[in-house]
Amino acid sequence: MLYDIFIDPFVQMYDMPDFFLQVLWEGFVAGILYALIALGFVLIFKASGVFNFAQGIMVVFAGLTLVGFHENGVPAYMALVLTVIVMGILAYGVERIVMRPLVNQPEIILLMATIGLTYFLVGFGEFVFGGEPKQMITEELGLPTGSTAFEIGERGLIILQHIDIAAAVIAVIMVTALGIFFNKTRIGRALRAVADDHQAALSVGISLNQIWAIVWFAAGLVALATGIMWGARSDVSFALEIVAFKALPVLILGGFTSIPGAIVGGLIIGFGEKIGELYWGGLVGGGIESWLAYIIALVFLLFRPQGLFGERIIERI
Amino acid sequence: MKDFKQLAIGAAVALGVGLTGVMAPVAQAQDSNYVPLLTYRTGPYAGSGIHIANGMHDYLKMLNERDGGIGGVKLELEECETGYNAQKGVECYEATKGKGALVYNPYSTGITLQLIPKASVDKIPVLSMGYGLSAAADGNVFPWVFNVPDTYWDGASVVIKYIGEQEGGLENLKGKKIGYIFLDAGYGREPIPLLEQLAEKYGFELLQYAVPGAEMQNQSSQWLNVRRDRPDYMVMWGWGAMNPTAIKEAVKIRFPMDKFIGVWWSAGDDDAAAGGEGAKGYKAMNFSGVGSDFPALADIQKHVIDAGLSSTDAASVGGTLYNRGVLNSVIIAEGIRTAQELTGKKVITGEDMRMGLEALDLDEARLEELGLKGFAHPMKVTCEDHAGSHPVFIQQWNGEKWQQASDWIEPMTDLVRPLLEAAAKEYAEKNAPWPARTEPCPN
Repeated sequence: MLYDIFIDPFVQMYDMPDFFLQVLWEGFVAGILYALIALGFVLIFKASGVFNFAQGIMVVFAGLTLVGFHENGVPAYMALVLTVIVMGILAYGVERIVMRPLVNQPEIILLMATIGLTYFLVGFGEFVFGGEPKQMITEELGLPTGSTAFEIGERGLIILQHIDIAAAVIAVIMVTALGIFFNKTRIGRALRAVADDHQAALSVGISLNQIWAIVWFAAGLVALATGIMWGARSDVSFALEIVAFKALPVLILGGFTSIPGAIVGGLIIGFGEKIGELYWGGLVGGGIESWLAYIIALVFLLFRPQGLFGERIIERI
Repeated sequence: MKDFKQLAIGAAVALGVGLTGVMAPVAQAQDSNYVPLLTYRTGPYAGSGIHIANGMHDYLKMLNERDGGIGGVKLELEECETGYNAQKGVECYEATKGKGALVYNPYSTGITLQLIPKASVDKIPVLSMGYGLSAAADGNVFPWVFNVPDTYWDGASVVIKYIGEQEGGLENLKGKKIGYIFLDAGYGREPIPLLEQLAEKYGFELLQYAVPGAEMQNQSSQWLNVRRDRPDYMVMWGWGAMNPTAIKEAVKIRFPMDKFIGVWWSAGDDDAAAGGEGAKGYKAMNFSGVGSDFPALADIQKHVIDAGLSSTDAASVGGTLYNRGVLNSVIIAEGIRTAQELTGKKVITGEDMRMGLEALDLDEARLEELGLKGFAHPMKVTCEDHAGSHPVFIQQWNGEKWQQASDWIEPMTDLVRPLLEAAAKEYAEKNAPWPARTEPCPN
C-alpha cells in the first residue's frame, strides 16, 4: 500500500514521460479554463462583495446567444459583436433592476438576488434558445481546430489540441487586459474604492451604478470567452452551468478578490486534480477529481485562510 | 422587444399551464384515455430528452388526428417536465396519477426506481422501454413493470457478444481489455454486475470509468485514463451532454472509433455529429428504426408536424432518438388497443393497461399494418418475461448519418435470464414485504 502511494506513481511518471507531459498539459488547460470562470466571479466580488451565483449561467447564456445569432444567419464576427452588445444590455439591466435597489443591503441579500438572476436566465435562455445543446461555431470564429502530435521516443506521443492552445493565449490576453484596466485606469481605481466601502465611495463622488454596470459587463465578456472555449471542447448546453462551479475551489484557493489569484489558483487546481486523478485516483477506484480540488483548496486554507492572494481581513471588535 | 413580448406571453402561458397542472380537478373526460408523458425538454439532459419527448408525443397525437384515437377513443396527452430529476419525476407522478393515468414512462432509471414500489399500490403500470431496473423483467416478481424490448443486461450481453464476433469468437476475449465509461448514476451503474460476470466468464479485463453528472462536459481525466490503459474496446452508457463530450474526447485521444460502442441511449444523431469527421466509425446498439422512410412517420409529418401540432423540427424526424420515442408510443398504443380487446372496454384503467401490456404481441404483420415494417424487431411480452430479450442491431456513424452495421443480434438469454431472476428475488427480499403476484395472467 505504501508502495502504491509513495513510489508507484513516480515510477509511472518516469516510465511514461510522454503521458506525464500530456497529463501536465491537460492540467494546464483545465487550470486555464477554471481560471477563466473564476475571473468572472472575482470581478463581481471585487465590486460588490457578493458571490455571483449567476456566473455559470452567464457563461451558458453568452455561448447560446452567440450560436443563436449565427444559426439565424448572422455572420460569425457580427454575431460576436451582437453578443457583446447583448451582454452589455444584460449588465445594464442587472445593475438597473437587480443591483441598484439593493445598494447597502446585506451581502446575503445580494447573493440571493444573483440566485434569482440565475433562475431567470435559465428560464429565459431555454425559452429563447430551447434546451438542446448547440455546437460552438469554432471554425467560423477563426479559432483553430485539429491537433498536433509530437512523438517522443518509440511509442511516446503528446497531442496538443489547437483550441486548447488558443484558450491559453486568450486567457493570457484577457488577464493582462483586465489587469491593466483595473490597476492603471481611473475606473479601475474607482472599482477598488467601491469594493472597500460602498458608502465611502459614494461620498467621494464615485458613481456606484456606473461601476457596477461596467463590472457586470466585464464579467459578461469573460463569460463569453469562457463559453466559447468550453463550448468548443464539448457543446454549449445548460450542463455547462454546473461545470462553472469548478471555479469554487479556485476562488477559495486564490482569494475572491485577486485576478492573479484566480489564475494561479486555477492552475494549481488544474494540475492538482489531473495529477491526483491519474496517478492516485486508481487507489480508491477513480473519480476523485471532483472533490480533490476542494481538498487541495482546504489544505491551502489551513495556512492562508484568506487564500493565496486574498486580502487579510482584520475586523475590530 | 419581440423577445420580451414572447417572454411575457410565454410566462403567462407557463403560469396558466402550471396552475392548470396543479389546480385542475382530477376528473378527466370519460370519453378519453389519459396518458401522462414524463419528459424533459430542459436541463442538462434536454439534448437527448427533447427528441424522445417529440417522438412520443407526435405518434400518439398522430393517432388522435388520423384515427380519432385508439378504438374510437381519443387519447388525452399531458406532458410533465421532470428535468431528468428523480424528485421532480415523483412530483409529476403524484400530480397526474389521480387523473386516470394509464401508464408511466419515466425516461430515467432514477425515476423508474422510485416509481416501481408505487406501481402495484396505485395500480398503474410503469413502462421503462429499454431502461430501468433490469430485474423488473421478471414478471412474476414485478407484474406492474415492463421493460420491453430489452433490459440493460440484455444490452450488455449483446455488446460483449458483438465484440466477441469482431475478435473471431467469445473465447478470443480472454486477455482483452474492455473499457466501460458510464454516467455515474443508477442508469450507468445498472449493467455493471452483468459485465463483471461476463468478464469473469470470458476472461477479459473490465476497466470502469465513471463520469459524475456534474462532470459530463469535463471528461478529460477519464479519457486520459483510457489512453493510458489502452483498452481494446470501449463501451459507453451515456446520456445527455455526456455522449457528445465522450465522443469528442475519444476523437481527441485518437481512440479507434470502430471499437467504441454505445448503448442504445448513446446513439443520438447529435451525439455522433458533435465529433465531426473524427467520429466516423463510432458504433451504437439500436432496436428502433433508422431513418424516416416509414409510412407511419409520413403520417406524423402530414397530420401533426405540417399541421402545426408539434414543436418537432421536421429535420429531426427519423433521427435515432426521435424514432425511439415513436417506438415507445407504439408500445403504449398497442398496449391500450390490446387492453380494449381483452376487456371489451373503450375507456380503460391502469389495471386494464397492465393486462394489455402483458399480452403485447407486436409481430411483423402488425408492424406492417401500423406502417412500421422493419422499424423494430417483432416483440412479445409474456407474464413471466416483461422484457422479452429481443434482438438488437449495431449501427455505425458514417460521418453524416447512422447506417445499420450488423444483423439482429440475440442477447445471451441463457446467461442473463437466471441472473435476472436471482436479482429480482434479491430485490423482493431487500424490500420485504414485497407483494406476491396476485394479478391473473391474460395470456
